[in-house]
Amino acid sequence: MSHGFYIGLSYAVSALIVAVLIGWVWWDGKARQKELAELERAGVRRRSSAPAGEAQ
Amino acid sequence: MTESLAITKFSDLANPARFLSLTGRIIPWLAGLTLCLFAIGLYLSFTTEGDYQQGDTVRIMYVHVPAAWLSMMCYTVMALSAIGTLVWRHPLADVSHKAAAPLGAAFTLIALATGSLWGKPMWGTWWVWDARLTSVFILFLMYLGLIALNRAMDDPSKAARVSAVFILVGFVNIPIIKFSVEWWNTLHQPASVVRLDGPTIDPEFLTPLLVMAVAFTLLFFTLHLMAMRNEIWRRRVGAQRRLAARMASREA
Repeated sequence: MSHGFYIGLSYAVSALIVAVLIGWVWWDGKARQKELAELERAGVRRRSSAPAGEAQ
Repeated sequence: MTESLAITKFSDLANPARFLSLTGRIIPWLAGLTLCLFAIGLYLSFTTEGDYQQGDTVRIMYVHVPAAWLSMMCYTVMALSAIGTLVWRHPLADVSHKAAAPLGAAFTLIALATGSLWGKPMWGTWWVWDARLTSVFILFLMYLGLIALNRAMDDPSKAARVSAVFILVGFVNIPIIKFSVEWWNTLHQPASVVRLDGPTIDPEFLTPLLVMAVAFTLLFFTLHLMAMRNEIWRRRVGAQRRLAARMASREA
């Protein structure tokens, strides 16, 4: 096997791992935002985000 | 006065809502800068001269060395966060070390894979159990262990304290990795960039290496901030679900 094979494979493996990592972090963020939006729609709010009058 | 202002600014970040708003502003800039540096770094990696001994295989070093550097830097960030968890109980410290573990595992895997792909044509073998390679492999297993530990425990604050102790005990491996090439006879070459008497690498190779190292470091910090933000959102979802369950049981 030529050195070009090892160089190409090194960059391909690194690019694949970085792409999976970025994709996973991105997807995880989108999934959590979706869950928070669903809870908001269902009327479940954090105490700190409730309107001022409602807190009493 | 200046010191107390700095402390106030730092403790302001303890508020996850402020942290989220800050990361929302920083992440796009960091991501853009990372992308630009990768474009320059990759251009330099493939346009600079090959080595007179290694030939073009030296180009593998431009991903291997930054990934290996990050595998250790990530663990150091986790160790500092672990101190934050155990000493100051900073609300973001446990979020920080939990979010960093998968990133550290990924960069260590890149270092191991590219090192192996460089070793085959240069050393004639994919792997040897020398001190440097073995200690980095142990680091990879430690990252996997920390990810498993965090996932195995339901209570995030208890998981954070147990992980923090594990991280600080495991930090002993970092100087072992760094100095393994000096303390023992290894097939892996000794340090040639971070040395007391300066780098021994020709600027032809040092420039792409440093640009790629900065690009990888910025990639790590971009992903770390994003992963920390995700973890804060995950904890909010958990807290709001518990609140919803309490409300439902009260109504019942």
